[in-house]
Amino acid sequence: MMEAAAHFAPPSLSWRAVSVWRRNFMVWRKFAIPSILGNLADPMIYMFGLGYGLGSLLPQALPAFGGGSYIAFLAAGTVCASTMNAASFEALYSAFARMHVQKSWDAIMNAPISLDDIVLGELLWTAAKAMLSGIAILIVIAVLGLTHSPLAFWAIPCVFLTGLAFAAPGLIVTALAPSYDFFMYYFTLFITPMMLLSGVFFPLEQLPTAFQAVAQVLPLTHAVALIRPLLFGQVPDMAWLHIAVLATITVVCYWIALGLIRRRLLS
Amino acid sequence: METLNQPLVVTDLHKRYGGREVVAGISFALARGECFGLLGPNGAGKTTTLRCCLGLTGPDSGSISLVGEPIPARAREARARIGVVPQFDNLDPDFTAAENLLVFGRYFGIDDAAIRARIPRLLDFAGLSSKANAQIRELSGGMKRRLTLARALINDPDLLVLDEPTTGLDPQARHLIWERLQGLLAEGKTILLTTHFMEEAERLCHRLAIMDEGRIISEGTPQALIAEHIPVSPSPLRPSNLEDVFLKLTGHELRD
Ligand SMILES: Nc1ncnc2c1ncn2[C@@H]1O[C@H](COP(=O)(O)OP(=O)(O)OP(=O)(O)O)[C@@H](O)[C@H]1O
Ligand SMILES: [Mg+2]
Repeated sequence: MMEAAAHFAPPSLSWRAVSVWRRNFMVWRKFAIPSILGNLADPMIYMFGLGYGLGSLLPQALPAFGGGSYIAFLAAGTVCASTMNAASFEALYSAFARMHVQKSWDAIMNAPISLDDIVLGELLWTAAKAMLSGIAILIVIAVLGLTHSPLAFWAIPCVFLTGLAFAAPGLIVTALAPSYDFFMYYFTLFITPMMLLSGVFFPLEQLPTAFQAVAQVLPLTHAVALIRPLLFGQVPDMAWLHIAVLATITVVCYWIALGLIRRRLLS
Repeated sequence: METLNQPLVVTDLHKRYGGREVVAGISFALARGECFGLLGPNGAGKTTTLRCCLGLTGPDSGSISLVGEPIPARAREARARIGVVPQFDNLDPDFTAAENLLVFGRYFGIDDAAIRARIPRLLDFAGLSSKANAQIRELSGGMKRRLTLARALINDPDLLVLDEPTTGLDPQARHLIWERLQGLLAEGKTILLTTHFMEEAERLCHRLAIMDEGRIISEGTPQALIAEHIPVSPSPLRPSNLEDVFLKLTGHELRD
């Protein structure tokens, strides 16, 4: 019991996390271009397929879509969903590979770096990588003329925050995973339903009220509520509330993930 | 003074897993500049002891002082002055041999210029100069082991903690590592080593502790252990050796 309390002791945060971040960046840099293009392909297929295909069936300038085209509405949702996916893949598959398969974290702990530093470094790296994938889509959106407002630049820190809010729960799953197969449950039970319930493809208001209530506790809902207005050139309603929800998810899940990872690796 | 003269002091260390005490009250201390060997059959608790000493797992009781720092409280600070070769290689497969050294040096906060200056010497030390740009998967088991030893030296440590550094190596590679370790001892470094090779222990270690079931059952210089436990050789054709001592003390049965 004492041990359990020790594992869930508060994280000790330090700048040493940067060297872990930097290690991952150094690996990413070797394959940066294919990695960005690879991350871009999937969301682009959805965005153009649904945006132009489905969008052409819909009347233009529906109030439900913020008064713009469906593709502009969908594009903003795609930025959020793609950030979520990028963060989840990194925090699950890639972090698991480093933790469990390659034993990279064990090696780092032989140096003067603590597990707290490692997990913080992984969290920040995952969010940064997800942000890069979000920015790539933002650039496509801007080039296509689907956003015009300088407020869109504010979407970048929001994308980073979204990355954090998905990196941290992802690390919890990684901490518990016996093998890669385990991750499928997280994607099918959590990530995919969230994509449909958070206002990515259609406005939340279209859902039955019970589902709308569920949507309020999903991180992706808050990411969409922050980022879509910014791309439309509006200041989001209740921005601080959405920021606070995403930040709280990050902190609480990081703490839990760290406790579980300490228990897994430091026993 | 303790820092300088006793890089590691372990007192009454206990560690249990489940209901089983895998380290059951061991004490030992290393003198500066010596090579101390921990021997023992599979499962004796050697690796667990080393992990406790490095602050990688919390002991249930006992005290550890590593390069003068209390463990686990200040393990991170202590590890800045330690070089570790773990039992199982964990080189970074995402990097080349030279990059492994660079990245590892950064974990110690050493600046890039200083690390880059050390890399050629370390690769040469490991006999891997021609493999600087090789991927880890292209290296043989022995090459990986040597690179791991080179990596452990990136911070010019005072104390080396080596968990079976020569397991899986061919005789040539083993002799090369022995030569290198003797060189490091000559430079004044202290070494804590586990091994299953009695010849290795006899050649390198100034003092040994033989562990079994979490306890140290005998401790002393190789010569003293042989003289104490096997005063008369079991074979008229050769003098008694450490292997005779080991088998006498830990039995002939296989450990599960
Ligand atoms: N994380 C763990 N959880 C549960 N039991 C463990 C754990 N680590 C080690 N043990 C057990 O503790 C005992 C001592 O293991 P340890 O690895 O310290 O032995 P060792 O002396 O290094 O053996 P070897 O020579 O095979 O490397 C073994 O019985 C092992 O099964
Ligand atoms: Mg071992």
